[in-house]
Amino acid sequence: MSQPLTKSSTIPPKRSVSKSSFSLWLSWPLVPALVMFIVFFVIPLVMMLGISFASRDTYGRIAWLWTLSNYERVFDPLYWTLYMRSAVLSVLTTGCCLVLGFPLAYAIARAPAHFQRVLLVLVMIPFWTSFLVRTYAWIFILRTEGLFNTILIKWGILTQPLEILYTNSAVLLGLVYGYLPFMVLPLYVVIERISPVLEEAAYDLYAGKWMMFRRIILPLAKPGIIGGCLLVFVPSLGAFITPYLLGGGKTMMLGTLIQHEFLVIRDWPFGSALSFILMAIVLVVLAGLVKRTSGIAPVA
Amino acid sequence: MKTPPLFYGLSVSGLIFLYAPILLLIIFSFNAARFSPIWEGWTLHWYGQLVTDRALWAATQNSLLVGVSSTLIALGFGVGAAFVLERERYTGTRVVDGIVMLPLVIPEIMMGVALLLFFVLTDMPLGLLTITIGHGIFSLPLVIVIVRARLQKLDPQLIEAAHDLGANPWQAFRLVTFPLLWPAIISAALMAFTVSLDDFVITFFITGPGATTLPLYVFSMIRTGISPAIHALSTLLVVTSMILISLSFVLQRK
Repeated sequence: MSQPLTKSSTIPPKRSVSKSSFSLWLSWPLVPALVMFIVFFVIPLVMMLGISFASRDTYGRIAWLWTLSNYERVFDPLYWTLYMRSAVLSVLTTGCCLVLGFPLAYAIARAPAHFQRVLLVLVMIPFWTSFLVRTYAWIFILRTEGLFNTILIKWGILTQPLEILYTNSAVLLGLVYGYLPFMVLPLYVVIERISPVLEEAAYDLYAGKWMMFRRIILPLAKPGIIGGCLLVFVPSLGAFITPYLLGGGKTMMLGTLIQHEFLVIRDWPFGSALSFILMAIVLVVLAGLVKRTSGIAPVA
Repeated sequence: MKTPPLFYGLSVSGLIFLYAPILLLIIFSFNAARFSPIWEGWTLHWYGQLVTDRALWAATQNSLLVGVSSTLIALGFGVGAAFVLERERYTGTRVVDGIVMLPLVIPEIMMGVALLLFFVLTDMPLGLLTITIGHGIFSLPLVIVIVRARLQKLDPQLIEAAHDLGANPWQAFRLVTFPLLWPAIISAALMAFTVSLDDFVITFFITGPGATTLPLYVFSMIRTGISPAIHALSTLLVVTSMILISLSFVLQRK
């Protein structure tokens, strides 16, 4: 120990006091990320808001004449069927995901501990694979000469192929398929926390299975149910690939209409107005989510 | 406490529902029949057809380029940000925290159209660069979430111990924090790369002439008509994603 311990003696004895004054200075690594974020996320959204109040000149280019006409057009009865279809399909998707997802989440939460993680990963993996490819798989299965019709006709169950592709049912199926993992995850988080002892207590007090479910599981799982429903509802409402590929031109939804306005008709002001209405709905829904489920950690 | 068998039945059907379409696609990518979905024996013909497809190679190259660069951008910007957001808890960082997560929750199409408007109005030519930027923006929150999750699990006493043993902040980071953090960083990188490789919606809006990525290529194939070659390419894409994402999950657990 011949060397003097100069370095350790330079460390301030009361780190907690010096920390707050360091805080702002130490935050510099946040700056590049924040700048990137403001430039390529916040500013584009602000631009979109601006353009939604602009008009188009005779060549279809953006003319900076402020108008509310784009928002008036949003409420044109012409689009009501489309809005209704978007809303109904999103609500139905949410309902189907809940009915399918709850038993799955419950079974995972009550599985032996080492299985739980494997099962959760199994539920999550499809979500991280190409949504386009998974939607294409349904085209292969559902189309008139597809797997489903071919097999059922071969087995003599059908004489005529069923026209499922390019209908609302096909879009619903595709949406439920795509967003089911979003429902399972938050449900698993809440159900896993419900002690099985509570269930036993309910049975000891002569509750039937249904009674136990209704009085114990359902109330305790409520934040997860709300969270899961909103996590499915939001992307369903803005879905693009599914209605585009499985719905075709006949069953357009909000997402396909926005794409149509931007890339086909090139009416950017109206497209922006539509996008902003969608954004507003999403933000309201998400604010509700944050408020009502503040106990649940978000899972990526 | 016994779980009702009905629940197991339903959960198994849930998993079958999630995997069956993918598995069917994989199986039929080896089917010899050209038009009908009736099994006519095994073949690798459709994979062979992919190998000789020049345009597909170009798309693969584009996808790899965009995937690697956007991942590096997200890592470069995200890891430091994760540190700050985890350590410093004043109002400013809390607000930033919420806003930075937005790309994960708003519908993808919103980001697609907003970026399209931005790039066109700022006269940036649409192409691989704009796609890379777009992918970087939605990979950034992924990196932040994963790295933060690991930072939360780190024992702060380890760093204090390093300081007590005479390490300066840089040494403490290099010798203590970083070795404990790298699995999370690799995991985040794999996830960001996978998401970039698979992204269709945002890419679809901000692509330009010649900048075809693999999902855009699959899309153009789907529009020209159903063929077993699409099954083969889809299989390759899905299997690649599954491998990458499984690795990422394993590393997150480490």
